[in-house]
Amino acid sequence: MAADTAAENLRTALYDTHVALGARMVPFGGWDMPVQYEGVIAEVAAVRNAAGLFDVSHMGRLHIGGPNAASLLDILLTGSASGLRVGRARYCFICNERGGVIDDTIFYRLSDDEFLLIPNAGNRPAVSLWFDRQLAQHFDGRGVHITDRTMLTGLLAVQGPSAVNILDHLCEDFTPGARLARNPGRDPAPSLLRPFTWGRGHIDGRRVFIGRTGYTGGDGFELAVGSADVVAIWNRLTEAGAAPCGLGARDVLRLEAGLPLHGHELTETITPIEAGYGRFVRRDGGYNGADVLDHQRVYGTERRLVGLTLPGRSSPRAGYDVLANGEVVGAVASGSYSPTLERCIATAFVDAAYAVSDTVLTVDIRGRRADATTTELPFYQRPS
Amino acid sequence: MNPEDRKYSREHEWALVEDAAAGTVLVGITHYAQDQLGDVVYVELPETGAPVGHMAKMGEIESVKAVSDLYSPVSGEITEVNGRLAQEPELVNTDPFGDGWMLRVRMSDPAELDALLDAGGYNEYLGGL
Repeated sequence: MAADTAAENLRTALYDTHVALGARMVPFGGWDMPVQYEGVIAEVAAVRNAAGLFDVSHMGRLHIGGPNAASLLDILLTGSASGLRVGRARYCFICNERGGVIDDTIFYRLSDDEFLLIPNAGNRPAVSLWFDRQLAQHFDGRGVHITDRTMLTGLLAVQGPSAVNILDHLCEDFTPGARLARNPGRDPAPSLLRPFTWGRGHIDGRRVFIGRTGYTGGDGFELAVGSADVVAIWNRLTEAGAAPCGLGARDVLRLEAGLPLHGHELTETITPIEAGYGRFVRRDGGYNGADVLDHQRVYGTERRLVGLTLPGRSSPRAGYDVLANGEVVGAVASGSYSPTLERCIATAFVDAAYAVSDTVLTVDIRGRRADATTTELPFYQRPS
Repeated sequence: MNPEDRKYSREHEWALVEDAAAGTVLVGITHYAQDQLGDVVYVELPETGAPVGHMAKMGEIESVKAVSDLYSPVSGEITEVNGRLAQEPELVNTDPFGDGWMLRVRMSDPAELDALLDAGGYNEYLGGL
């Protein structure tokens, strides 16, 4: 049951803090990371009802700067970089020429010619290599410098409806990355950031980059800080009421919110259109894989990602067969019991003919047949 | 932490002799097992009257993130299944050695108990994991 934590795995600056908090550490994407502290159900509830704190320092921090940075990213990303204003952030995909997904990412425009891009932990080497090759191919290696600052910084996610109060309380000298749309006639604060914008400030005199971003389907912030400051800032956030949460809760939260996990809903042989994430793919082309994705958008795909809901608590898991009339018509991508919805939820790739809402399909759960009803994603939407 | 009144398997199940004359035992999983699993959301067990085999699969247990097979530490016939687990699977987390028990079994070969670890042996086994 327990996976060994290998000595060669990387550790974040918070490793000792996690162990002291009683976290179960597991290998993930080349790092030893906390999968849970108190328990997944309690941690999911903290994020949905109050505030949870995640160490996401295992994810990459790639700084991409120079006069050709925006032009290079326009080729590499399905979301426009040159069209993204300074102070804003965007979620999108890094596709290969076949439209398959090398990684999904959030990137921030720091200035006219500098971007911060966050790849997944396990994909950081592949993304770096891909970027270097593409830079050589398209710009002769010139006009862009790519700096991997993953090991010099830490990344924390404060997520949940109370996150905004915690950040406003702790953050000093806040400066937004772009002019604020609302000017309340008082000092700027993180609460004035709109979703997918960022700013800078200090917590306990330590410099913090603050994005109003996250991956839980709720409100929240992601904080990039210097490695030497990570533990102190983590402690301030937990003292202010953010509950430590592990990768187990993070995976349940993103699945409830219908967000993809690379390796499950997206891979190098699955396109964003097949997975139903076309809203993160721009329509004016010019990026790797655009021909394939444009064609799929118009003519459809043979398989489609659907949501499945099941009564009861025995969950479909990745790889399980999905059947219609006794024939295999697809496979589960991710599945879990959802503590928020109190039933089981899953994503599955199925033949397009069955990718219609409210279709009753069957999932083979280790030899047991369970009825599963197709539904549109997300499963969970935050109360407005 | 592991009660001295029962025997343990290396698969982290326990067997507690209730009535030596009748050869009945209660079967469950250990604190270590539930801690490794995390929040238990579902326990799939056989029905009363079904046979179980020595270290044969007796059911499945699911936490939010994982599913594991359960193995019976003894062979025999199931005389009762803990019906509370259907509605309160979290009892396996909160009271694994008590209210979180899973099966009552009438043993067909009580000598199988001798092959199991006592509490001291199980503690030692856990120390080596």
